[in-house]
Amino acid sequence: MARLDTPVMLKVSDITVGYGAITAVKGLSFEVREGEIVSLIGSNGAGKSTTLRTISGLMHPKTGSIEFRGEKIDGMPGHEIVAKGICHSPEGRRIFPRMSVDENLDLGAYLRKDSAAVKESRERVLELFPRLRERITQKAGTMSGGEQQMLAVGRALMGEPKLLIMDEPSMGLAPVLVDLIFETIETIRKSGVTILLVEQNALAALRIADYAYVLESGHLKLEGDGSKLAVDPAIAQAYLGG
Amino acid sequence: MTSVATGIARKKKISLSELLLRISMFLVIGVITYWLGFNLVIDPRAFLQVSINGINNGLLYALIALGYTLVYGIIELINFAHGDLFMLCSVFSFAILTELFGAKAPGAKNFALLLVVLLLTMIFGAIVNVTIERVAYRRLRNAPKLAPLITAVGMSFVLQWIGLKWVGSVPVNVNTVLPATKYQFAGLEVAFKTFVIFAVTIPILILFVFIVNKTRRGRAMRATAQDKDASRLMGINVNQTISFTFAIAGAAAGAAGIMWAQTIGTVSYNLGFQLGLIAFTSAVLGGVGNLYGAVLGGLIVGLIQAYNDGLTVGPGQRWSQTMVFTILILLMVYRPGGLLGQSSQEKV
Repeated sequence: MARLDTPVMLKVSDITVGYGAITAVKGLSFEVREGEIVSLIGSNGAGKSTTLRTISGLMHPKTGSIEFRGEKIDGMPGHEIVAKGICHSPEGRRIFPRMSVDENLDLGAYLRKDSAAVKESRERVLELFPRLRERITQKAGTMSGGEQQMLAVGRALMGEPKLLIMDEPSMGLAPVLVDLIFETIETIRKSGVTILLVEQNALAALRIADYAYVLESGHLKLEGDGSKLAVDPAIAQAYLGG
Repeated sequence: MTSVATGIARKKKISLSELLLRISMFLVIGVITYWLGFNLVIDPRAFLQVSINGINNGLLYALIALGYTLVYGIIELINFAHGDLFMLCSVFSFAILTELFGAKAPGAKNFALLLVVLLLTMIFGAIVNVTIERVAYRRLRNAPKLAPLITAVGMSFVLQWIGLKWVGSVPVNVNTVLPATKYQFAGLEVAFKTFVIFAVTIPILILFVFIVNKTRRGRAMRATAQDKDASRLMGINVNQTISFTFAIAGAAAGAAGIMWAQTIGTVSYNLGFQLGLIAFTSAVLGGVGNLYGAVLGGLIVGLIQAYNDGLTVGPGQRWSQTMVFTILILLMVYRPGGLLGQSSQEKV
């Protein structure tokens, strides 16, 4: 698939982010256009999750800027960024284990006031993941990894995001569930949500993406259309296991 | 797989020390039950009378314990300054109600003033507690656990010093606005004060438990307690939520403070140390972090003290503290998580 010719939704310009003395992301720039699926791939420690956490306001860049729909969002606290329409399904799922599935979903819609619209989103999420409906009163921490991942994605969708950030949605899941998750990502995009995806499963992430960026130790190494990168021999050797 | 296998193996074979632990637990429970049962049989009226006194104090402990448990639940800090906040609230209520408003005797007008000052004291407690968090604990949120803990101890001394400067070093008698009337029910004597304690503390406990469990704010509190980053990703303002938690904890301490001043009748700068310790014990007894646990723990500690001090056959008042902490130590041996504490493992 090729890059869409739509307006830029998220523009990350030359950001540098670090933890104390360690710099995890160095001068990274990329953009996500409306309606796209954009994948960030790279090996462990390449700075992918750090980048996503910075976009969501959990970390703040030392230099550089992040713009969302033309508005500067770097330096904003996380809860204000959610209000702008960026929802994040984080690495390791990070669901609230001692709460029911129901309450987790409600928390996803924490900032939304219109209860009728929230109910609609809830219905859509439960249609997308029928499994969650079966488990609706169960404590989230007692579910299987796959179910927790569905909950993490569903919870992010409850915020009716304009941009959905997904960090490693297929991590630790059985192959059949991985396929399901990727199908779901397509479905979500079709419903009009722009997606920024980080994945270990690089091949699947490239195939699904309109455009992809390859990160290496905090730098941007390569970029290009997802389908082209998926067949690029250099990529194949470095990230796709041969 | 290995963990499952060993889990089964452990269940099949109980080691000798575990067996002894269990036997001793049943022995302890047996002795206590026998002691209580014996007293109930020889003088049922006295037993019930003592129980009422115990619940009376237990409700006050529960209000303070709630503050420990709420704060621990959300930022995993044992707020050692909480008992002293309670003390400061009792001093504040004395300064406003007794000295400023001059409400020193029972009467309808003074009773109305009591309700006004109750509200004021709760607001005072909330503001002081929020300020403490803002000034002292917030910047240490990502520091090693020992740093905020020591800060809390320091804050406890700061509050004690304020109390010392406010009322002096000698306990001050409070002329209560509550009448000393006693009512007779089926041979039991219940003081008017006890009714007031029930009427004030029970609704406040219910209200706070309701806020935490059923409201949007409360849901944000519980989410923040479980995972702060994930809460931010939900759009929850984590700092504000923590402030709100401190406000509720402070308000509960405020209510306990004024009720203490009015029913026990003294305020003193070092009241917070002892009461704080007892309330902290209550919170741990019930399972720190668990709201119902705090209430249950408070009631149990109140009852233990009352039974110990007041029963016909019992150790007597000078063993009061020893008894409370012995029970705590025993409980920690048999149930380290507290009575209602989280003991089940969660999947990661």
